[in-house]
Amino acid sequence: MIPAPFDYVRPDSLAEACQALAADEEAKVLAGGQSLMPLLRLRLAYPSRLVDIGRLPELKGVHDRGDHVFIGAMATHDEVMRSHVVNADCPLIALATATVADPAIRHRGTFGGSLAHADPAGDLPAVVLALEGVFVTRSEQGEREIPAAEFFVDYLESALRTAEVLVGVKIPKLGPGWGFHYEKFRRTAQAWAIVGVAAAVRRANGSIAEARIGLSNMGPTPVRAHAAEAGLRDAELGDQVRQACEQAAADTSPSSDLHAQADYRRHLARVLTHRAVRAAAGSP
Amino acid sequence: MPRITVTVDGVKYEEDVEPRLLLVHLLRERLGRTGTPVGCDTSNCGACTIMLDGKSAKSCSVLAVQADGCDILTIEGLSEGGRMHPMQRAFHEEHALQCGYCTPGMVMAAIDLLREDPDPSEETIRHGLEGNLCRCTGYCNIVRAVRRGAQEMGQAVNTP
Repeated sequence: MIPAPFDYVRPDSLAEACQALAADEEAKVLAGGQSLMPLLRLRLAYPSRLVDIGRLPELKGVHDRGDHVFIGAMATHDEVMRSHVVNADCPLIALATATVADPAIRHRGTFGGSLAHADPAGDLPAVVLALEGVFVTRSEQGEREIPAAEFFVDYLESALRTAEVLVGVKIPKLGPGWGFHYEKFRRTAQAWAIVGVAAAVRRANGSIAEARIGLSNMGPTPVRAHAAEAGLRDAELGDQVRQACEQAAADTSPSSDLHAQADYRRHLARVLTHRAVRAAAGSP
Repeated sequence: MPRITVTVDGVKYEEDVEPRLLLVHLLRERLGRTGTPVGCDTSNCGACTIMLDGKSAKSCSVLAVQADGCDILTIEGLSEGGRMHPMQRAFHEEHALQCGYCTPGMVMAAIDLLREDPDPSEETIRHGLEGNLCRCTGYCNIVRAVRRGAQEMGQAVNTP
């Protein structure tokens, strides 16, 4: 199918991009386009104007900033998963990014684009939530920072305002002692997660000191498995960890669709959380 | 209407394009590169895979305006002097196609895969081609063809 007509602008700077967005309420940002293009083609989206930020130098690259890693919104998935900085300081992002779609889509799709799209079935929202990233945005009103816990508002809806551009995300470095794993359940190779679990675990003396767990596709937004996290505090590997992971689906509201019923998603969340936590803890 | 410049299979074109024109339609309908088919329309199947500045991309999911200034290689730019690219030959010799609809995208994705790993294992090939669907072959011959193509390309590099 052919998208409905729209205007196209490719600004040369972030300031111009903010201006172009502010000038038209129905304008939409075009990043890599790997989520937007199917929406346009299926005519599920009718923007009057696309503001192409894909080439803005201010939004590119992965940067080591001491206590955190700054991932530019327009860093492609392919760049992110190969980045030495990401692999050294926030490897959970590399692990999850390697499961996003397929190689051709990872060449074009961007880190910031898939976060701003705010699809709860996406892999990166749950990961950034678990890592407590901070979203840096720019608009004509200036720059602001939004903690991940406040960024994902509803299904395909983020805290980004009209005419506000995601510049990048600060990912705090977690330091030594942390292990990571991303567990994704899907029926075909390039499909979205039916359920995905991002786990970051700090180990101490054969037990788990603390854990952070982000869940993909367990509701209209990505969510933290708070009850499981509480149960995992100072939990010994074995029965205590297993019991804590039984709480993984608490307070979630997964949908039922073609791929899975809600109760099956809850079951998956428990099983996959246990697998992810054990793998992150380095326990077979 | 934006004017764009693209190089396709070594030939430079200047085109006025409607913003909503997809790259695959520019290639097929304006530039006559019908070797790149439209498959699923939803970026699933990979039939329309081309190289965009040296990296594989699904041309149904890129606007022509986004490709402004870029270098594009399609399946039709692979042969040299009327001789098929080693990967095309390997697909032919290993019978890696039946209906052939997925083949242009498969070949482009296979060549892209070899940029990273010139001697890929079966597992690497299967993962590398996960964005390309074939509904005929069951993939066995495709994997075999990519192995063979990789070997022949390696030899071509080693013995100029």
